[in-house]
Amino acid sequence: MSDILTLFRREMVAYFATPLAYVFIVIFLVLAGSFTFFMGSFFERNQADLEAFFQFLPWLYVVLVPAISMRLWAEEINSGTIELLLTLPITTAQAVLGKFLAAWAFTAVALGLTFPLWLTVNYLGSPDNGSILAGYLGALFMAGGYLAVGAFVSAMTRNQVIAFVISVAVSFALTASGAPLVLNFFSPWASDAVLDFIRTLSFLGHFQDIVKGVLDLRDVVYFGSLIAFFLFCNTVAVNRFKGA
Amino acid sequence: MIELDGLTKRFGEHTAVDQVSFSVGKGEVLGFLGPNGAGKSTTMRMITGFLTPTSGTARVGGIDVVRDPVGVKEQLGYLPEGAPAYPDMTAGGFLKFIASVRGFSGEEAMRRIGLAAEKANITEVMLQPIGTLSKGFKRRVGLAQALLHDPEILIMDEPTDGLDPNQKHEVRRLISEMSGDKAIVISTHILEEVEAICSRAIVIARGQVVADETPAELEARSRRHNGVRVRLSGDVETAERLLSSDNCVDLVTRTEQADVLFCFAKPGKPIAARIADLMRDNNIAVQELEVERGRLDDVFRDITKGTQEMTGETPHV
Repeated sequence: MSDILTLFRREMVAYFATPLAYVFIVIFLVLAGSFTFFMGSFFERNQADLEAFFQFLPWLYVVLVPAISMRLWAEEINSGTIELLLTLPITTAQAVLGKFLAAWAFTAVALGLTFPLWLTVNYLGSPDNGSILAGYLGALFMAGGYLAVGAFVSAMTRNQVIAFVISVAVSFALTASGAPLVLNFFSPWASDAVLDFIRTLSFLGHFQDIVKGVLDLRDVVYFGSLIAFFLFCNTVAVNRFKGA
Repeated sequence: MIELDGLTKRFGEHTAVDQVSFSVGKGEVLGFLGPNGAGKSTTMRMITGFLTPTSGTARVGGIDVVRDPVGVKEQLGYLPEGAPAYPDMTAGGFLKFIASVRGFSGEEAMRRIGLAAEKANITEVMLQPIGTLSKGFKRRVGLAQALLHDPEILIMDEPTDGLDPNQKHEVRRLISEMSGDKAIVISTHILEEVEAICSRAIVIARGQVVADETPAELEARSRRHNGVRVRLSGDVETAERLLSSDNCVDLVTRTEQADVLFCFAKPGKPIAARIADLMRDNNIAVQELEVERGRLDDVFRDITKGTQEMTGETPHV
């Protein structure tokens, strides 16, 4: 446990030691803000909630979260520091967890910094703050899901650009798997049961359930098991790199 | 303290390390030699638990690296090839991270960091990001990392590669100082290094151990071992004829300098005294006389090429 914490701390410091953290946070906040106010018609809707914000968040994450996750392993593999990391007295699983948790905490910080939106909506009206909190929790889980996917992809390559592009593609497919775009691809040949299964894999569906203000255990379990599955794959990928 | 037992690593069809077995005891400094791509780094990576062996295993301090890799990693200090470190961290921050992973905190951590930094001679760069350090400093930060927990077993992959002669000397001195109570394995292809600090040398080629002996024994394999270089004033031709007919001298060759001859000795026959006597008896003045111990690089080339022939073409003098 303390080893995971040590790794967590190192990763966290690394984010803020480079411009990465600041660039990411600024871009994230600018995009989140402009999506909410312009594309989401925050004012015109004339409703005291943050749906305009949450509606675009998954798509923002599809593009921005892989920018964080792409370096998690690819950078270590490429610069050779993975040899240092994996010859320290820690297990692969601890390294995977430490890195993931740090990246997750970092996205939590970025998400938390959107609090002015919450202040705005509370200043203008009286929103259902419980539902907004549920939305934020859902967003956090969703970010964890994207990160776990990205971390796994990052462990498969030494090239960060490849890690980024593939992570975006996989994240997009997972997000849109309930949409016709993806379903039409499967519908000519897959059975209805398979289509239903693919539909339930959608990040969007589960996230929208949460945003509606219902923090259903099933949605939490969905994101939790998705994260666990990809972190497991991540561990296998790193061990495969070691030749096990 | 380190035992390798049939250690083998295959990458697809290619066998990088093939059934390597040896052991290293306390107080030994083992020089691990071999041409590039011979399997030195792969072997070290398996001992340190970075790569998983295809078959066979290594035991470090009695712990099996396949069964308990973390246990092995706790015991040893490892300097990977190229001394990788996080470029964005300061040297001090990096060592703090290592100390924390190694389970040291507070004053104990600070004490150990200070000690390791002093040993590796990096105290003046502790606040600089590692990415801005010169190659020599970067290497020494890696060294400090490996020494931090004062391990009984040290494994270093090319510890002096890329250092200037002064830094090389420093690192060798450090290794010699520590050698008494540790088992140390260093890989290198700098042969003078083996002579300077190693108590034993293992040569590997194409994944297999081809020699395991002391540096002196390795030198003795050289065709030039016990050979004598003589500078003469006077009749060099007569001297050459006389020396060639001596039954302990294997071969006499001319060198680039007209007045210098090199005599190869027959195996196990010191010839310096005989040559001196022979020259004096024939009134040829000897200006200089030098006995060769043998050239490691010749031996190295011979055994790694797998030819093992000691009587090929006349070596260039």
